[in-house]
Amino acid sequence: MADEPAKRITDIGPPHYEQMLPPIVKENLGKWVDHEIVTPGIMYHVSESGAKLHTVRVASPRILSVDRIRDICDLADKHCEGYLRFTSRNNVEFLVSDESKLQPLIDDLNKDPFFVIGGMGNGISNIVHTQGWVHCHSSATDASGIVKCVMDDVHEYFSEKRLPGKIRIALACCLNMCGAVHCSDIAILGVHRRPPRIDDASLSKLCEVPTTVASCPTGAIRPATVDGKESVEVDEDACMFCANCYTVCPSMPLNDPLNDGISIWVGGKVSNARTEPKFSKLAIPFIPNNPPRWPEVTQAVRKIIDVYIAHAKKYERLGEMIERIGWPKFFELTDIEFTKYHIDDFKHAGTTYKTSTHLRY
Amino acid sequence: MAEPKKYDTPLLDELEKGAFPSFVTEIKRMADRKPMAADLLGQLENSYRDKIGYWKHGGLVGVMGYGGGVIGRYSAKNEEYPEVSHFHTIRVNQPSGWFYSTEKLRLLCDIWDRHGSGLTNMHGSTGDIVFLGTRTEELEPVFSELTENGFDLGGSGSCMRTPSCCVGPGRCEWALYDTLALTYQLTMDFQDEMHRPPFPYKFKFKMAGCPNDCVASIARADMSIIGTWRDEIKIDAAKLKSEYIDKGVDIQSDVCDMCPTGCMKFDGETLDIDNSNCTKCMHCINVLHHALRPGDDRGACILVGSKAPIVEGALLSSVIVPFIKLETPKEGEDAYPELMDLVERMWDFWGENGKNRERIGEMIQRIGLGNFLEEIEVDPIPEMIVHPRTNPYIFFEEYYEDDDEDE
Repeated sequence: MADEPAKRITDIGPPHYEQMLPPIVKENLGKWVDHEIVTPGIMYHVSESGAKLHTVRVASPRILSVDRIRDICDLADKHCEGYLRFTSRNNVEFLVSDESKLQPLIDDLNKDPFFVIGGMGNGISNIVHTQGWVHCHSSATDASGIVKCVMDDVHEYFSEKRLPGKIRIALACCLNMCGAVHCSDIAILGVHRRPPRIDDASLSKLCEVPTTVASCPTGAIRPATVDGKESVEVDEDACMFCANCYTVCPSMPLNDPLNDGISIWVGGKVSNARTEPKFSKLAIPFIPNNPPRWPEVTQAVRKIIDVYIAHAKKYERLGEMIERIGWPKFFELTDIEFTKYHIDDFKHAGTTYKTSTHLRY
Repeated sequence: MAEPKKYDTPLLDELEKGAFPSFVTEIKRMADRKPMAADLLGQLENSYRDKIGYWKHGGLVGVMGYGGGVIGRYSAKNEEYPEVSHFHTIRVNQPSGWFYSTEKLRLLCDIWDRHGSGLTNMHGSTGDIVFLGTRTEELEPVFSELTENGFDLGGSGSCMRTPSCCVGPGRCEWALYDTLALTYQLTMDFQDEMHRPPFPYKFKFKMAGCPNDCVASIARADMSIIGTWRDEIKIDAAKLKSEYIDKGVDIQSDVCDMCPTGCMKFDGETLDIDNSNCTKCMHCINVLHHALRPGDDRGACILVGSKAPIVEGALLSSVIVPFIKLETPKEGEDAYPELMDLVERMWDFWGENGKNRERIGEMIQRIGLGNFLEEIEVDPIPEMIVHPRTNPYIFFEEYYEDDDEDE
């Protein structure tokens, strides 16, 4: 009998999550009734039946080697019957159903400085971020590097100290914002400051002109003939360097080490608790890229956190605090310069102008 | 196989200092035995010196029969760093809630170790497992090994992207519908829409179990499905006393004063909630979680349209369905028929009328929510808006002709 080629398997989707649930979760699915956060990295949940599940949360840099994942699996095998999960902010969670294994797990984690326990409750959990120079073609800055520097600076709020409310920090290496940067308490966003440099020689071969023209939010791009070749031109006064044109047209890059940098945004939130979700608002329009440790960025973030700690009411998020004390006070307390760049000029900008006399003197 | 090259990385070495776990440590760990990871390290150090990334723009690669799931990536410095001349990313659809058995996780590590850089993202922002860096010729072998072992790719491009969810009933007492089950159902029902991009642009589902929204669904999903309830918050008076009043918690200040509708009264002993004015924000439950629980008439609020700034500005999702029951289907039952029907109607209309690279939220902004609702056959209700229009430019659709008056 001739060997038949194996049938190609496609469209099967992920494995059913039931295969991945520890028995205690399978048995108590949807039957949890309460929880207690014991320390910033350890909590337990109890179910209707009295079952108790401990979770130990540990930071991760999101970029994980397979060898590190195997180390994590070793710990989960030893203490968690072979089950674990990851969180929506890239942390690792060890799911401990046998309470007698809790301390041994913590002891094992504490032996390795890579494992930092924390990230729960009213503190600073991990920074959601993007690929940066590790993998992205359109990054204005590196992502993992800044995340490391900022978390190094604020790690005490990850593992030990508490805050009035959560501070969620997110980072995007460019305006594509591949994560919830637009609604974070503190957002770090890579920005360009200079229009695209067009390679007229290659554009007609690599780009579709109508798509390129349509990609510009301000209509700054028009078709043009350059040296007899089909290309585009940019009205530089109308360009705000968002780089969406580069996303659809490789012949007009914006990456520029001389001019790329970082902006800082504040006051966003996604939860509905107390107040409705909010967008992040501009705090600092530009900080130059200063690898490898970006001290200006970490200092700026630290200053904002210090102001939050000093002035927020219990349970208040940063954006809620700012709305209560007013934006003028925020700029005063943080000593951040207010400029023309802070005033909106895109669509709906008029709705952000102050149209009352409600001012503090 | 070439020996991994050793690079001097004085700048990246600085990022191994400090308390937080270091991604440089992770890359170095693989760089010891993987030439691909070694050259990544070299190129990254170069980027740190020159303050610019060295990746070329995209490139179409994938596996046969799929229009997505793989992000092409080529080094712009492939002569200096030949091992990352190809450095494609494979998105692997994660299990709901990011739960893993070590058995399956090790399996994924073994597959990736055999075929790629050995570096991963756990996870990408959409939710997929990211296999970070391999060559074109390895894509089909990785795909075969994944599917033979029960895994599949996630979405990329103008498709339904990989749905994701919070931990839900897996551990949280506030999961107001089964986020894990719905995520799995959407993923399985719409495999074709995920792997063979049919839409004007991307479409993301994110399932949050409650209004706390731990997956930021309202900020970054085209369809945000956020658990809620519509009956009364349950109060355990005994626990309120023993866990909070007796322990000196200032319920008036910490809870009642922060209620967005001021619907709570506390007289020092009894907490009274006017549930008809409760907007289900979760604050009182978050704070007094031993004593307060959401009601039992549970379901979800469906909001549509959120996205990041590109192109027309960032949007938050807005209410389309204030309340829908989302019972987990039993064996043989149709799964979430009302929801699936709504999704199909939205996709039909957006698919036909959305411009190239126009998210559904941008289309709604362009044509108007009123027109969108009409097209998908959903009645307009005040729950969908913050307030009615303030401008009087009403596009009345009917008027009498002069002759009609006589009739």
